[in-house]
Amino acid sequence: MSAPAELARRHHWRWWEALPWLLALGAFFAFPTYLAFGTQVLITILFALSLDLVLGYAGIVTLGHAAFFGAGAYTVGMLALHLGWSEPLSGLLAAALVAGAIGLASGLVLLRTHGLALLMLTLCTMALLEQAANMGAHWTGGFDGMPGLSFGKILGLFGFDALYYRSQYLYSLAALFLCFLIVRKLVYSSFGQSLTGIRENLLRMHAVGAPVRWRQVIAYTVSAALAGVAGALFTQANGYVNLAVLGLERSAGVLIVLILGGYGRLYGAFVGAIAYMVLEHLLAKAYPTAWQLGLGITLIAVALFARNGVIGMFDALRRRFARPAP
Amino acid sequence: MDLNSLVSMLLGGMAAGMVLFIVSVGLSVTMGLMGFVNLAHGAFAMLGGYAIVLTMKHWGLPFPAALLFGFVSVAAVSVVFERLLYAPLYRAGELDQVLLTIGLVFALVAAVTLSVGPETQAVQLPPWLSGQTDLGFMQYRTYSLVLIVAGTALMIALWLGFERTRIGARIRAAVDNRRMAQSMGVDVGRLFTLTFALGSGLAAVGGGLGAEILGLDPQYPFRYLAYFLIVVAVGGMGRISGVYFAAILIGILDFVLKIYFPKGGTLFIYALTLVLLLARPQGLFGRRGP
Repeated sequence: MSAPAELARRHHWRWWEALPWLLALGAFFAFPTYLAFGTQVLITILFALSLDLVLGYAGIVTLGHAAFFGAGAYTVGMLALHLGWSEPLSGLLAAALVAGAIGLASGLVLLRTHGLALLMLTLCTMALLEQAANMGAHWTGGFDGMPGLSFGKILGLFGFDALYYRSQYLYSLAALFLCFLIVRKLVYSSFGQSLTGIRENLLRMHAVGAPVRWRQVIAYTVSAALAGVAGALFTQANGYVNLAVLGLERSAGVLIVLILGGYGRLYGAFVGAIAYMVLEHLLAKAYPTAWQLGLGITLIAVALFARNGVIGMFDALRRRFARPAP
Repeated sequence: MDLNSLVSMLLGGMAAGMVLFIVSVGLSVTMGLMGFVNLAHGAFAMLGGYAIVLTMKHWGLPFPAALLFGFVSVAAVSVVFERLLYAPLYRAGELDQVLLTIGLVFALVAAVTLSVGPETQAVQLPPWLSGQTDLGFMQYRTYSLVLIVAGTALMIALWLGFERTRIGARIRAAVDNRRMAQSMGVDVGRLFTLTFALGSGLAAVGGGLGAEILGLDPQYPFRYLAYFLIVVAVGGMGRISGVYFAAILIGILDFVLKIYFPKGGTLFIYALTLVLLLARPQGLFGRRGP
C-alpha cells in the first residue's frame, strides 16, 4: 500500500485491536478469583493512557500527573462522605469535571513555560494539592484519608461494593473502553496530528500558524479529566482514599508503566500496565526492596538502551525480519 | 514577640537553609552547565550522609574526618556514574534524563535499604559541637551557629573560585553559552565531570551535616527532592550567591511557617514557588537566558 493511502487509512480499526478487549473479557471468565487485581490493572491502564496523551503525543514532560488522579480520587471520596452522593457513574463524571477544571486552570498558566521550569511547576502543583489534602483534614481526612467509603448501585441497578468484584471489573472495563475511544478518536484526528507536530518540532508548528498553546492546553485538560476518572475508579474500587494517590511515587510509577510499554502509541499503556502490575503482584509483596532495585535498574536500562519500551523493541524486531538486510 | 525569639527563629531557619545550600549548590551548577535534569542529586546527599554516619559509628572516625571521607568517596562514585550513565544522555531529551535519574534514585534507595536497613540513622555529634554558645545577649545551639558560619564560608570560597579563577571563568562562560564556550576551546565535558564530582561531594557533606536537622533514612531522596529543586529554581541556575540567598529564604520561611502554621507551612512555600516561577522562570536571582 502506498504511503498516502496508508496514512488515510490510519484511523481504521484493525483486527488485532479487538484482542485486548477480548482478552479482558476472557480474563473475566478465566480468572474469577483475580478480578479485584484485574480491576487495579484496568485502572492503571487508564491512568497511563491519560499520561500518554500529554507525554507521548503532546510531548509535555510532567512529574505531577498524580495531581489529577488524586483530584478525581478525592472528589468521589468527598462527595460520598459529605454529600452522600454515592452513585458511581455520576461520580466518575464529577471527578472528570473537577480534574479537568484543575487541568485547564493549571495548564493555562504552566504551559507558558517549558523545560526544567515546566517540570518543576508540575511537581509544585502536585505537592500543593497534596499539602492541601493534608491540611483540609475536616474535608479530606488529612493524613489518614477517608477509609471505609461505600458506594451505591450503578445507575441504581447493579450492586457496587468492594465485595462485588465482578460488577467492579466490568464497570472499570467499560469506563476504560469509553475513555480509550475518546483518546483514539483524538489521536487520529487532525488535532492529534497537530499534537504530534508540536512534539516533534515546536518552532515549525508556530511557523505554520498552529495555535500551539491552545492545542497543548486542550490535550492537558482532556488528559487531566481522564486521569481523574482513573482516580475516581480507584476510590470506588478500593473503598478508601488517602494521600498516597497524590504522591511523587505515584507520578513516577505511572511514568514507569507508560515507558515500559512504550509511549506515543495507543497500546503502550496496556502492555506496560499489565507487565508492571503482574511483576509487582508477584515480586513486590515478597521482596519489596529487591523489586525497587530491579525497577530502578530497569529504568536506567530503558533510558540508556530501549527508549521505546516493550512495543518499541517488538517493532524493531519486526522491522529487522520484515526487511532482509541489503 | 521579643527580640530574642525573633533572633533564634532567624538563626534556626538560617541553619536549615545552610544545609539546603550545601546540598543544592552543586545541582544548580551542573543543571546550569549541561541543562541536565538530575533528579538523583538528593540520592548523593543520602549516600554521603550514610558514609559519614556509618564511618563515625563503626570506624570511630572523628566528625571532620568523616565529612572529608564522605566528600571524597561520593565524589569518586559520582564520577563513575557520570561517565557511565549520564554522559550518553547529554544530548537526549528531558524525558530520558528524568527516567535515568529517577531509576538511579530507586536503585540507590533500594541498595541502601538492603545493605544498611530501613531505619533512621542518628548522627552522633562530637561534644564540642553539641552544646550552647553564649552570643552575649542569648544562648544558642553551637551546631546551628557552626553550620551558618561554615555555609557562609563555603559560599564565599565557591564564589571566589567562580569569579576569580580560570576554571571558574570557564564554568561561567559555559553556563551562559555552552556552544560559544566550546568553540573558544573550553572542554565543557571535562568541566562538567569536574563540577559534577564537586557538586556531588558537597551534597554528600550536606547530607552528613544536615542529618541532624533533616533526618537520614532511605526515603530521604524522595522526601527532599522537591525542596532541593525549589532552591535551585528560585536561586537560578549556576548562580552560587543566588542559591545561597534562596536557601536562606526558604530555610527561614519553612522554619517560621512550621511554628505558626504547623500544618500548612509547606503549602505556602509551594504556592510561592509556583507564583515566582510563573513570573520569573529563570528564578529570583538568575539571569534571563539568551
